[in-house]
Order: sequence, then C-alpha cells, then structure tokens
Amino acid sequence: MESNEYIQFFDGGIEPTLEALGGKGSSLVTMTSAGMPVPPGFVVTTAAFDEFMSAAGITREIHDLLEGLDPEDVAEMEKVSAGIRADICSKPVPEGLRAQTLAAYEALMARFEEPVPVAVRSSATAEDLPDASFAGQQDTYLWLEGAKAVTDHIRQCWASLFTARAIIYRLKNGIPNEGLSMAVVVQKMVNSKVSGVAMTLDPANGDRSKITIDSSYGVGEMVVSGQVTPDNIVLDKVTLTVVSEHLGDKHAELVPDRSAHTLVEREVDEERRGRRSLTDEELAAVASMAKRAEKHYKCPQDIEWALDADLPDGENLLLLQSRPETVHSSKPAAPKASTGGYAASLGIPASGGSAASGDAASGTTAAATGFSLGSITASLLKTTA
Amino acid sequence: MSMKSFPKPSELPVPAGAEGWEKLYPYYLVFQDKLKEAEDAKFWFCDSQHWPTVFKPFETIGGEFAVKCLGQYNARHLMIPNANGIEFRIHLGYLYMSPIPVPEDQIAARVPLFEQRVGHYFQNWEELLKQWHVKVRGTIDEMETLSFAKLPDMVPMEDITTGKAKDGSEVLLENYDRLIQLAYQNWQYHFEFLNLGYIAYLDFFNFCKEVFPNIPDQSIATMVQGVDMELFRPDDELKQLAKLAVELGIQSAFANTDDVEATLGAVRASSGGERWIRQYEEAQDPWFNFTVGNGFYGHDKYWKEHQEIPLGYIADYIRRLDEGQEIMRPTEELIAEKDRIVEEYRDLLEGETQAVFDAKRQLAATAYPYVENHNFYIEHWTMGVFWRKIRELSRMMHAEGFWNEPDDLLYLGRNEVRDALFDLVTGWGVGAQPIGPTYWPEEIERRRGIIDALKTARPQPALNTPPASITEPFTRMLWGITTEQVQQWLGAGEEVEGGGLRGMAASPGVVEGIARVVTDSDQLSEVQQGEILVATVTAPSWGPIFGKIKATVTDIGGMMSHAAIVCREYGLPAVTGTGSGSTTIKTGQRLRVDGTKGTVQILDAEEAAEPAIAGPGAHSHSHV
Repeated sequence: MESNEYIQFFDGGIEPTLEALGGKGSSLVTMTSAGMPVPPGFVVTTAAFDEFMSAAGITREIHDLLEGLDPEDVAEMEKVSAGIRADICSKPVPEGLRAQTLAAYEALMARFEEPVPVAVRSSATAEDLPDASFAGQQDTYLWLEGAKAVTDHIRQCWASLFTARAIIYRLKNGIPNEGLSMAVVVQKMVNSKVSGVAMTLDPANGDRSKITIDSSYGVGEMVVSGQVTPDNIVLDKVTLTVVSEHLGDKHAELVPDRSAHTLVEREVDEERRGRRSLTDEELAAVASMAKRAEKHYKCPQDIEWALDADLPDGENLLLLQSRPETVHSSKPAAPKASTGGYAASLGIPASGGSAASGDAASGTTAAATGFSLGSITASLLKTTA
Repeated sequence: MSMKSFPKPSELPVPAGAEGWEKLYPYYLVFQDKLKEAEDAKFWFCDSQHWPTVFKPFETIGGEFAVKCLGQYNARHLMIPNANGIEFRIHLGYLYMSPIPVPEDQIAARVPLFEQRVGHYFQNWEELLKQWHVKVRGTIDEMETLSFAKLPDMVPMEDITTGKAKDGSEVLLENYDRLIQLAYQNWQYHFEFLNLGYIAYLDFFNFCKEVFPNIPDQSIATMVQGVDMELFRPDDELKQLAKLAVELGIQSAFANTDDVEATLGAVRASSGGERWIRQYEEAQDPWFNFTVGNGFYGHDKYWKEHQEIPLGYIADYIRRLDEGQEIMRPTEELIAEKDRIVEEYRDLLEGETQAVFDAKRQLAATAYPYVENHNFYIEHWTMGVFWRKIRELSRMMHAEGFWNEPDDLLYLGRNEVRDALFDLVTGWGVGAQPIGPTYWPEEIERRRGIIDALKTARPQPALNTPPASITEPFTRMLWGITTEQVQQWLGAGEEVEGGGLRGMAASPGVVEGIARVVTDSDQLSEVQQGEILVATVTAPSWGPIFGKIKATVTDIGGMMSHAAIVCREYGLPAVTGTGSGSTTIKTGQRLRVDGTKGTVQILDAEEAAEPAIAGPGAHSHSHV
C-alpha cells in the first residue's frame, strides 16, 4: 500500500514533517530512511485527525467547553476532559479515512506469515508538546491484535490530546487550542529472538575505531540488567573485522508470551549457549547499523537492537533505541600518540617528538614530508610491534 | 613455565643416502662442531618462504647474497639501533636464520647515527630511488653483455698483428667473476630501500596500534599498499594480449600453446595476427623476465625462455573471456575501498593526531611500494639474466665434456666453478685434456644422490629454544615470525575449533572449497578453477593462478608476504604462515579458509586417504 495524505508508512519514502507526523512519527520515518530499521509500521497523520474532527463537527463545542476553565480546579477539569474524550470516542470515523486505516493495517500484517500484535502510540507535534517528559504522558497501547482494537486505540490516542494534564499544560503555557492536532503511530511489537546493545566505541578505553556488541537470546532486558552474561564481540569500525570475541554463558532468555501479553523467562539449551548468538552476517548487520546511527547522529551512539522472529532473515534486524554515548564521548576522539616514549624508557635521550619539535643533535625532522625520526626510532625500539 | 623447544640441529636424522651432505656447501655455511654450544644456544628459524627446496651447491649464492646484503643495511649502512643483520646456516639443505640483536648498551649510541642516515633517505626519497633504477638497470645491461663462448682452436691472426698477447681465456674468467660481482651488486642495491620501506611501514603500523588499539593488521597494510604495482604488470600484459586475441577473433590459434612455434605461427597467419605479435613482442621486454619461481633457484623457469607458460596463461584468459568472465583485477573498486578505509580511520582522529597520522601514512605510502615493486627488478629481471648466463656457461662446459647434463654446473659451488674454469682454460691453453671431464661427472652423480636424499625430508620450522618473545622488527614483519606464531608451531597455541590450522589472517574473507596442494611451480598447471591453493610459499609470478582460485593457504609468510599481497589485490581470502599447511592438507580435501580469523579447517579430515606427513623424514611432494 502506498503512503498518502492520511497514512504514511515508515518506509514509504515520503519526506517526513513534524506537522504531519508529530515528533515520534517523523523520527521513526527519518530513522528508517537513514538505514536504521525501527520495527515496521505506519503513522496515521495529523491530516487524518483533522479530517475526523472536521467530520465530527465538535471542534467549536470543545473550544467552548475549554474556554474559561480554571487550571486549579482539578475536579472540574477531570470532568470536562472525560466528557470531551467520550465525545471523541463515540463519533464515527469518516468512511474514506476508516478504509485507508484498515488497508494500512492489513498491509502491515501482510508482511508477516500470520498477524502479529502491534503497539499504538500517540505522536504529538512539537508546538503542543515541547518536552519529552510530557510526551510520556501521551497514551501508548501494547499487544493490540485485530483491526477493531487498533482503530479503537487510534481514537483513544486522538482523545488523549484532551486529558486533564494536557489541557492544564496548554493553559499554563499559553498554547491556544485552535489548530491542535495529533498523529498516531501503529508499530509492530518486537518479537526478539536475539537482542542486545552496541556501542560505537570500545568502552574499555574509549577507542572510537571499534564497535562493541553485547548479544544474547530473547528480549534485551536480561542483557541490560546484567542477569545473563552475553556474548561480547569487538569489531573494527572501518572494516567490520572481528577484533575479539568472548562467548557468554547466556543461560536464560526472556521471550514474549503472546497470549499472556507478557514476557516469560526460560532456560537456554546447551547447544545454543555454546555458540555465538549472532551469525557472521547478523553480526555485520548489527555493526553496520550502529555505524549508520553514529553517522546519522554525528556522535558516538549506544544502541539497543533486536532480531525479530517474525521477520525474514536479512530483514529482521531492528533498532530499538539509539542514544548518545556519554561516558567516553566527552573525551578526545583518540588518545594522543606518544612519541619517543619508548626510546626514553630505554634510557635513550628523546631525540624527536612531534614533527614540529625538531632536534638539534641529529637534525631529525624533515619538514618536507613532516615525518618524525624520533617516532620512527621509537617504533623500532618498541618491543611489541 | 618451561619453554618447549624445537630440535637441535644435531638431533635431526640425516636422510638415508644424504650422508656427507655438509661437504656440498662452503665450510662457513654449516653448523660447526667446535661452535656447537654457541650455535645451539641461538634460535634459528627456517626461511622456507624464499628457499622452500634443497639448495644445490651453486644455488647458495642467492641465499648468501640476499641475507648478507639485508644484514649490511641494518648493521653497517643504517645503523638500526636495535637490530643487526641475520646470521644464516644451511642445515640438511635448508636455510636457517638467526637475527642478531644489538647489545643493550650500544643501542643509544646508534640512535643519532640511525636518524641521520634514514633521515637523509626519507628526505631525498624520490631522487635516490630514481638513481636506484639507473644503477640497477646498468647492472642488468652489463650482465647482458657477458658471454661464455667456446674458446677458439687458435688465437686469431688479428691478435697476433696487434700484439694483443692474450688468448681470450682471461675474458672467460673475467666474465665469470664479473657475473658474480654484478649479481652481488644488485643484491646490495636490492636492500638499499627495502629495510627503509619496512621502517616506514613499521612506524605507521605502531602509530596505528597506539591510536586504534588492536586495529587489524590488514587495515594498516591496506592503507599503505599500492593498488596498481609493477609486480602485477607481467600478468596484466597477458590479460591485455588475451583481450586483443578475442577482439581480433584469433582464439583458435591458441589451441595448443605447449607448441610455442606453432602457436605463434598460427597467430601470424591469422588476420590481424601481426598486430598481436607486435604487442606480444613489446610486452616481453622487460616483462617476460619473470620467473615461475622466486629467482633463487637454477631450475626457475622464466617466461622469456619458456613461452609456453605465458602463452598457456593467455589461452586460459581467452577461455575465460569467451565464457564471459571478468579477468581484470577490480582496480577501481580496490582504490575506492582503500580510500574509504584511509578516510574513515583518519576521521576518527582530531587535530595534531590527525596530522601525525597523515605524515606517517604519507611516508609509509611513499616508501612501502618499493617493497612490492623491487621484486620485479631483482628477483625476476636481474636473476633471470643471471641464470640465463649461468646456463650458457654450464652448457659450454657440458659441451667440453665436464658433465653429463647441460645444467649440472649447479652441483658445483660458485668457487668450484672458478676452479673448473681454470682447469678448462689450462687444458685448452696447453693443448692437453682438462681434468674436469674425468673428475666431475662421477662427483656430480654422487652429489645428485645426496641432494635427492635431502629433498625427501621437509625442514623444521625452527631449531633450538625460542626466546621468550620475538622482538626483532624485520623478523616479525618480513617472515611473520612472532611469539604467537612460534608457539603455534610448537603446538602450544590456541586450538582451532573443530581441528585445523592457524596462521596469519593475511587477506579477509571466508570460503569453502577443494584443496590443491602445490609444492613446486611445475604443478601449477594442475590447479583447477575454484580450488583453494595450498602451498609452501607462493611466488608473485603465479599471478594468473590467483584469477582461478578461491583462497590461498601457505606454510610461511607474514602480512606482507607475496601471497598476502596478491590475495588482497585479488580480493581472495588468505591464511599465511600455517607452518604445516602443505604437509597436513591433501589435494582433494574440502577446506574452510577464514582469512579474517586466520584459520583453516579440514572439513573431511577423516576421509583423507593418506595420513598427514610432517616433520623430519617426511617425504616431500616435490619433484624438482
């Protein structure tokens, strides 16, 4: 199905705008097109919300209800909010819009062998929601199955624009209720068979020429919380060559239980524990994705990733989160190379140093090419070439 | 922890029939009874990378000149602070080497001398290298002028009238001496820049290891290596000739390239054939001065005298072109990939460190290509002419009855040849029979028996007890002799999963395929498309084979060995320095070669028909 005015798939190839997709939605589209595969899904755009509101004909009425409300009167506020939200949820969705939404959901389900659960999340535009903590107040619904559950919860997201907290926030910040809108994200629930974290540096020494990956079976929580010892692999960032790898014990895994809508812990058998949880191809894919995330955000990243059991091999790697690495990235990008240190340690007078320093005794620095004899000497004397 | 050891020289059994082998070589090349204690205290590793098969007495010339001249540049020219040259001995026909360290208390004093000397070279690199080309070419040109003609029945009348008063035998003696001197001269030149190339590389290498801890060696090599090097020129010429043949539609002329005359005749007779012949002849000078070996053996075949070899390769390229295959190396892709790698590492650095990276990489990229390119000029071109002249001399003396086979001169040491020559000119001069025809044939047969017996055993990787760590920079770089490698040979290294061999991860990638064990260049024609080449060592001139194979495994060689360089160039996985790949693996076995990790697994080891052969007393596959 093609993206259109009301529906925009993450991988639909349309330039995302904050106005149409909201903050979360536009970020998901941007990440997908930058080669960072987030769990697949689509955004129900702000145009869909506008179309619904205009057909429902309740915009004027809502404005009137909100007019003159006292932000300190919490009980009244809750009552008005509940009324508006019930009104929104009871109004029919225009047939065209409804058909588009159902088609989008079917198209998403068609990517899998059988229907999979989805999450529905609100995605407000930046003017209405200036900070992340507030975004957290928006509604998120997990484990939804079937078209009805999905469309019902899209409407609940729309309604969440008028929770008491949202109304108070706008009142206190002088944000007008005119022109309010809301996009909604419909996204596949991740079904991790293998997951972990990756850093675009070596946390042991801050070396930015490495990518460090921790990987284990199931959902990543056990890796993040340290309940299992994951496989640890260090790769060269430029060539993606494995520099070192240590197999972890990976004794247990958390896997989703669809019927219970929860995660269950189970033992990992000997055979799976004994081998690396990622194949060579999967390892290269995780590293490449981490590298793309770093390039996209222009600073070292700490990402969470998963291989989704519902997606075919080669297309199943998902990026769950990418955030700046803060421990090492405040330091210089690379350690300064020592020059002449080895010679000095052998009791030899330092004869070179940096290319600029020169050396009277042997006239060592060659300005023409900028090389440093002191460092060349040090290289030869270094005992672990 | 007690250090495991390799056998002592005296502990190695002498193969049956090789008794008395020591007398085949000059006294100074064999271990001495009176020096046993001192010699046993040193660690010697076998250089089977350059000398994979047993030396015939004359052939020690290459080992002697090469290793002596390498050493002089460390110890006498450049005053490398911590490394003198390399001592060498021949034991049971193979060459063993022992690096000579500089005593700790002398290192500091050598630093300023070293910096002054290498500083001069690095500052004047282009100019001095240009001069090198002139010197080397001059040596080759002079070598070409030397001849070893049969002496006349009498001095020409002209020499009587001019009062020349010499019989011409002095020319024979002078030319022989001159030939040896010229070879020695170009071997000195060979190392004028080689050690410097390694020094610049090592400097960049160590810098990279410092700013990017554990950076793969391959990445560093890729950043300084030339993509289009002269070593690939001969092969490229053949590819161009194959393309032209296809373009001209004269493929049918290459049906039987073993018959050189008939093949070239058929080309000439074809329409457009003259154009092809012109290009073929142009390519020969100098690019057919190219050996299928490595220049160190008298039996090396050079394309120039064995045109069935290049013609065979051309025929193979023609076949592949007709099948629609791409035969040219992916040069543009390789350059783009090299640029990407340099750029990405560079971008990881900032400010002053980035400037240091640029300076060091620039120096290494300037100096290192010599390491790759000199090979054509010395090992191939110089030695090609040298061996051709030696064969000319050998055949002249064969015609004088000195030996039974045309090339039997190789069974004489180079100073014995001078004696034999004096024997010849004496007999000729006085009008009597020289003694050689009575003495040499029998002696040569005896020596041949010894050499053949020595060939039945493979060399040890090393002798005596290794040092706790191997630090000599050139040993590590050029031969890949590292502490880990030595431990691996001793069986103390990390086990390879599922059994198998470990070596150096010399060129990345993983493939599975069928092994083809090649211990001699004459076996190259057996290599089939898509096989994995397993060899003691490979030679650069095996280039056309690399277009056919999937991966390479060698017994010896480091990141910068020829096999490693060529495989990276061809984008093939390579594991070098496995120690025993060519003796452990059998042709036909299925292998998994991981050139990224440096491991080789034999996937159907239990099905192997013969048990693995290794160590002393093992029979080599060589039929040299």
